[in-house]
Amino acid sequence: MSAGMETFYEVIRRQGITRRSFTKFCSLTAASLGLGPTAATQMAEALETKPRIPVIWMHGLECTCCSESFIRSAHPLVKDVVLSMISLDYDDTIMAAAGHQAEAILEETRQKYKGQYILAVEGNPPLNEGGMFCIDGGRPFVEKLKEMAADAMAIIAWGACASWGCVQAAKPNPTRATPIDKVITDKPIIKVPGCPPIAEVMTGVVTFVTTFGRLPELDRQGRPKMFYSQRIHDKCYRRPHFDAGQFVEEWDDEGAKKGYCLYKMGCKGPTTYNACSTVRWNGGVSFPIQSGHGCIGCSEDNFWDKGSFYDRLTGINQFGIEANADKVGGAVAGVVAAGVAAHAAVTAVKRLASKKPEQVG
Amino acid sequence: MTTQIADVQGAYDASGKEKARSLQTIYVYEAPVRLWHWVNALAIVVLAVTGYFIGSPLPSVPGEASANFLMGYIRFAHFAAGQALIVFFILRVYWAFMGNTYARQLFYLPVWNKTWLWGVFYELRWYLFLVKDPKKYIGHNPLAHVAMFAFMLFLVFMMFSGMALYSEGAGRDSFWYAVAGWMFSIFPNSQDLHTWHHLGMWAIVTFVIVHVYAAVREDILSRQSMISSMVSGERLFRDDLKD
Repeated sequence: MSAGMETFYEVIRRQGITRRSFTKFCSLTAASLGLGPTAATQMAEALETKPRIPVIWMHGLECTCCSESFIRSAHPLVKDVVLSMISLDYDDTIMAAAGHQAEAILEETRQKYKGQYILAVEGNPPLNEGGMFCIDGGRPFVEKLKEMAADAMAIIAWGACASWGCVQAAKPNPTRATPIDKVITDKPIIKVPGCPPIAEVMTGVVTFVTTFGRLPELDRQGRPKMFYSQRIHDKCYRRPHFDAGQFVEEWDDEGAKKGYCLYKMGCKGPTTYNACSTVRWNGGVSFPIQSGHGCIGCSEDNFWDKGSFYDRLTGINQFGIEANADKVGGAVAGVVAAGVAAHAAVTAVKRLASKKPEQVG
Repeated sequence: MTTQIADVQGAYDASGKEKARSLQTIYVYEAPVRLWHWVNALAIVVLAVTGYFIGSPLPSVPGEASANFLMGYIRFAHFAAGQALIVFFILRVYWAFMGNTYARQLFYLPVWNKTWLWGVFYELRWYLFLVKDPKKYIGHNPLAHVAMFAFMLFLVFMMFSGMALYSEGAGRDSFWYAVAGWMFSIFPNSQDLHTWHHLGMWAIVTFVIVHVYAAVREDILSRQSMISSMVSGERLFRDDLKD
């Protein structure tokens, strides 16, 4: 907290990190963000000269999987570096301070860095019963969120909870858990969805903001384009099997052993925008499809309510039965075809009945 | 006798004995409209079949992935047919402005026209067996007009959802995303768009069933040509007007 406007570079040098490691970090990060060769220099320059951006990290209704992911960011330095690069002034899960002391930091940050700090939100506020389903520091989380958002520069919505609502917002959503962008409408919001988001994606977003002092380019749904503009399917290493028409048909079949495409097993890769198939998880070790299980689409809007994780065609359960587009559409087409046949039969009968002996034509 | 047939207008049977009464024929569907209709029909068949197999792929093929491209070819056929459909639709819209009155019917409903509205209900009663005699229309009958207009809306939805889904692979910077990316503002999770696109296929299959049935039925019962009209462009009315 008292670190105030110390630059990032000063901080890490003080912590005994060599300049060599620092430049390595810059070039690695520039590469992972897909920036050009000069970006590493720019990044180093920025980190050396710009003051560290204060970050307030708050937790609403959530499971802390985002934090768990974040602290495992795998580039050699990132774990130390990112936690120093930003001035993480408040994070109730991992901070040492507690109670009134901790809460006082929020007020202090609001006054001292008005319009300059980043509000990182993990989880979302439940709005039912006046927000009583998530009490944080003795009052509803939604109040704390609105208060801190009012003076923030921008908001990072970590994970599926903050971005879309996730499991607590799934039907019937008893607490009316609501994603951040539906509660805070007057601030720029970066959605970093995923359950959790990939560690390197999280640190990548933070690095971008601190380096360039602005938000990364966002797509239509408010996600950073650099990590969320391609589907898992587009960069999946099993894609050649998809194009060839080679699919896993059963979990224990020959195709599963050979690593065929999991499309028929309900893999949501074709509809899921994330960087799993390129960045992968746990330091690039693997990702769900690589370990033989389809993508469940955890970074997509409302993924809990899109039918089974194991169905190719999305379930349509409004009809009270287990249906999908083929069953519903096929039923409609079948009923109409039967109707047409019946209509044709009635027409024929009527025509025969009314046919007069006079010649036709 | 032979020379007689060669000279005289009108219809004879092959032996030259029986002569048809005069027939009313009106040119309705101009060449671009007919061409569009059949290209559309073909494209829709290809799109529905390949689309079904994209949703529920064929059994896995054996061998190396590098030696096979089955899913790739199925998807290619789907995309090619879809793009042909779009191009011809654009040409068809152009022809709505350039062509005759009947070329415009698909694109608007004359709900302000009382006679037309009466016609919708008359045709409805005709299909419910409540009236005895069908009316003859030079273009679409009013009920068919409503059905065709609804079908155009479906087609527009299918084209835009199709372009949006295609843009997922083509990329966020692609032309397709620029044209149809807004679909993702309505359906933030593209899984939903896939489902609606799939349901749209069944809606079109349903339309085709009704369309073919109605065309055949009208051809017989309303005593006017339907099917051959979409080949020759001419509508033949088989009865003379009563005096």
